[in-house]
Amino acid sequence: MQFSELWLRSFVSPDLDSDALGHLLTMAGLEVEEQDGVAAVFSKVVVAQIIEAEKHPNADKLRVCKVDAGQGELLQIVCGAPNAAAGIRIPCALVGADLAGFGIKAAKLRGVESFGMLCSAKELGISDESSGLLVLPEDAPVGTDLRDYLALNDTLFTIKLTPNRADCLSLSGIAREVAALTGQPLSLPACEPVAAVIGDSRAIVLDAAEACPRYSGRIIRGVDAKAPTPEWMKQRLARSGIRSISALVDVTNYVMLELGQPLHAFDEAKLGGKIHVRFPKAGEQVLLLNGQTVTPAADTLLIADETRALALAGIMGGEDSGITLDTTDLFLESAFFAPDAIAGRARAYGFSSDASYRFERGVDFALAGQAIERATRLILDICGGQPGPVVDAVEAGKLPQRKPIRLRAARVRRVLGIELSADEVAGMFGRLNLQVVREGDDFVVTPPSYRFDLEIEEDLIEEIARLHGYDNIPVRAPKGPISMLPRPEAKRDTMFVRRLVAGREYQEVINFAFVEEAWEKDFGGNADPVRLANPIASQMSVMRSTLIGGLVANLVTNRKRQTNRVRVFEIGRCFAKDPAGRPVEGYYQPVRIAALAGGLARPEQWGESNRNVDFYDVKADLEALLFPRVAEFERAAHPALHPGRSARVLLDGRAIGVIGELHPVWVQRYELGTAPVVFEIELDALLETRTPAYREVSRFPAVTRDLALVVDQQVSAASLLKGLQSVAPAIVQHIELFDQYQGKGIEPNRKSLAFRVVMQETQRTLEDAEVDAAMIALTRHAEDSLGAKLRA
Amino acid sequence: MDQLDQLVTQADADFSAAADAAALEVAKARYLGKAGSLTELLKGLGKLDPEARKSAGAEINKAKSAIEALLNARRDALQRAALEAQLAAEALDVTLPGRGQGVGGLHPVVRTLERVEQLFRSIGFDVAEGPEIETDFYNFTALNTPANHPARSMHDTFYLENGEGVLLRTHTSPVQIRAMQAHVEAYKDRDTMPELRIIAPGRVYRVDSDATHSPMFHQVEGLWVGESVSFADLKGVVADFLRSFFESDDLQVRFRPSFFPFTEPSAEIDVAFMSGALKGRWLEIAGCGMVHPNVLRFGGIDPERYTGFAFGMGPDRLTMLRYGVNDLRLFFEGDLRFLGQFR
Repeated sequence: MQFSELWLRSFVSPDLDSDALGHLLTMAGLEVEEQDGVAAVFSKVVVAQIIEAEKHPNADKLRVCKVDAGQGELLQIVCGAPNAAAGIRIPCALVGADLAGFGIKAAKLRGVESFGMLCSAKELGISDESSGLLVLPEDAPVGTDLRDYLALNDTLFTIKLTPNRADCLSLSGIAREVAALTGQPLSLPACEPVAAVIGDSRAIVLDAAEACPRYSGRIIRGVDAKAPTPEWMKQRLARSGIRSISALVDVTNYVMLELGQPLHAFDEAKLGGKIHVRFPKAGEQVLLLNGQTVTPAADTLLIADETRALALAGIMGGEDSGITLDTTDLFLESAFFAPDAIAGRARAYGFSSDASYRFERGVDFALAGQAIERATRLILDICGGQPGPVVDAVEAGKLPQRKPIRLRAARVRRVLGIELSADEVAGMFGRLNLQVVREGDDFVVTPPSYRFDLEIEEDLIEEIARLHGYDNIPVRAPKGPISMLPRPEAKRDTMFVRRLVAGREYQEVINFAFVEEAWEKDFGGNADPVRLANPIASQMSVMRSTLIGGLVANLVTNRKRQTNRVRVFEIGRCFAKDPAGRPVEGYYQPVRIAALAGGLARPEQWGESNRNVDFYDVKADLEALLFPRVAEFERAAHPALHPGRSARVLLDGRAIGVIGELHPVWVQRYELGTAPVVFEIELDALLETRTPAYREVSRFPAVTRDLALVVDQQVSAASLLKGLQSVAPAIVQHIELFDQYQGKGIEPNRKSLAFRVVMQETQRTLEDAEVDAAMIALTRHAEDSLGAKLRA
Repeated sequence: MDQLDQLVTQADADFSAAADAAALEVAKARYLGKAGSLTELLKGLGKLDPEARKSAGAEINKAKSAIEALLNARRDALQRAALEAQLAAEALDVTLPGRGQGVGGLHPVVRTLERVEQLFRSIGFDVAEGPEIETDFYNFTALNTPANHPARSMHDTFYLENGEGVLLRTHTSPVQIRAMQAHVEAYKDRDTMPELRIIAPGRVYRVDSDATHSPMFHQVEGLWVGESVSFADLKGVVADFLRSFFESDDLQVRFRPSFFPFTEPSAEIDVAFMSGALKGRWLEIAGCGMVHPNVLRFGGIDPERYTGFAFGMGPDRLTMLRYGVNDLRLFFEGDLRFLGQFR
């Protein structure tokens, strides 16, 4: 909402300068987004007339003008503007004038004396146009200060209105607000009824009274549609950001800005029979003023006559029934359309209009009559014509109701935390034109017809807060019962996990949750991803079911920027269709953590030979994250990963994620150089940890024995270890794999795995015999059940 | 006993001349060995009469002690020299960089979220979360924003293909409803419900993309519901937070009326720094207000008995202001040269 300060001040003029007025509005919830003077700062510029304009004796492009600036004698001024010609009236900066810091002095230009400067609109900061001198109307009074003549001591305000304050979508509304805030008197434009001079009228039928409970119409005959719009009206429209089109259109726009009531003018000659306000019939079409042909949806309200649909009610008029410069008779509409009947409709057709913007937020339902009178008056004054009577079709019972709201003084205190006397509250309500009945400590308040946002007690409390001033509500340190938040020791929070991963040299990234569809196939094997209905771009069209794609993209991006060693991780939600998904039915939305390491295993350094990161490096990182819990890894295929170098990760038997080297096909396709290693794990698996449990530390010596077993290549270390652990006697404290060997001395397709067995008792020193017995038990089990042979 | 003095002087000279431990042992043998000079002298004592033997013995033993002391001193000196030589040989260039793993880091926005969480935890707020594919009900309806409400056009929403009534949440506010419902459920058997104090950080989505808007960004929602929570408390908590977060006691904070369907009264929060590039400019930083009674009801809470406040902030913007980052998009590009600056 853009408007001129001078226009506003014609209704209410508090003793505040422009800046203070802007601050007042902002702090009352009408946020001033922009505030600019309509012209540059300048002085001593007057209306003048060029009496003579002759070619400069020494310069082709200059003219020597004799100018009447109302100074008693003609001024000689040299001017370079192409349109400088005798007779025109133009702005003239006198000697001593200041144009935004540029001083005008008497000067000699190419040998000819010049006493002043003739100005363009651009030089005065009025517009960006610089085609020549600003030509003023022929009746512009010579000698008048230009700022006064063009009303340039004005400021343009642009206000960002919140959707609840539709009542401020007009100058009257803002003026009402300023009056309420400052207590200054308000004088709104008179809307005296204009008596009918002809009897012509058009019947109006409210077919859908819920959606349109009120429609006023009037015929005006014999208007001159070509009459010029008065300068003052053009200026106010222009300063509200609205271009002048024709006098009739300008009047409807002007009244909308002034009062807030959108109006529509039909060409009376193009209407047939009664006016209907109804919902569409099947297949009906309307060609709109903007050239668009729409087939209105069943819930879009129409204005129609007896033969056809004319306009989308409260949204936009029709091309075929609108006024033109040839119109002589018009039918003026001033109606109330219910917000619910308008909301969202224009958006559905892909546009917005000043009318729909206002109606969907709520137009004063008591305003239609005043607005039609005001518009009639202006049309008669500007275009002439004979008005017929106003036909005011109303279904009063279907107009919005303003129900009384009870406000309790105690509630105000409780919600705002301030003490206000009943009289203070009553005074505020008075300034807001709210009807108030006092009942003890309570107020029973009935809001006016233009306030659609006052429905409950809290709405009134907000009005009190606004008028009291949010700044005047104290900043209070809250008091509340304090009790400690539960912090289970066996739970870690996500931030702790992040720090752990970062401590293993991974940099956290945040990638978009919508990704390229190809990533879902390549890295998630997901042919049916969650798709967006309205993606912002095709490469962001589906929701990711894995974080891996984003991390691979990070690797690609950084490699392009010459960073080849990339270690990144992300914690974020993944999305998949799943009928059992909760809490939003049908969608599985786990939070996962994924990491990728590509390039050198260690930062390049001077002391050891460089090597690329491998599966076991990243596995160690993952094991460290899980510590003290120990996961199992079993080989498993995954679409993103090398089938021989990837594993499913299990924690207490539950699959929590995957780890592996990226599949060589993707390494090639995404041009990654060497294969990065990635893991992706359910975050909650990392959040569960355990409370430490104490075990007595033995003071007796431990006995260590090694056991080297030869097994088939395919036998996994974990299966062997698990087998040994399952039969280990109680004295065995732990068994560790410390060597794997293949090659000389071992048959092909076989390998040697060496385990260190540590045995100890807490109450005594072990005897050789029981140590030997334990080792025999382990060896026997390895040979009999695990297909192993003791290494020779 | 000139002979003995001479012997001691001689031994001293011989020991000093020994360049290493082996030479020293050879020199030692000359005096203290089986056939050493002193040993010979001691052997010769037997030939003397007891009186002379006694005094001569004492003299010889004195000389022996002197020689042994000299020997030990020389041994120590040689050992020290050997150790020093070893240490010198083992000296490192301590300026060479350390080897092994480097360090990673958190994302700058997460750094902000971590600080936000810490500050709010310190006054008893817990951290809550909710789904990002959210229902229309939780994202809008339960937040007092029915279908066709003009406020819905303030949020350009991503919808899902074939997803009736589901969308990508446009704000973290739906967590308010979920948290209230869970809280009410947890305490349904008690006469009084403890206060609910949560913050809910997370990702949100809107159809919007330029230097200051990203289609995915972050919000932190805050909610405090209790029996005596007022707008004055809201001002207190938010101002305290902003001054703590920016570590600036003279940070200007102002609240001005605004509109959100889910709070009433509602406010925008602006801050102005007293120094730096943005000095003196009011910057919009958060929206807040008293929880609308309808929203409390949707959460299962009686608005007559409880009141609450809620706020929503943009941690991306907080991060930009805190570190002077000028383009939001940098946060989501994964460029290690950018991200690495926030370690």
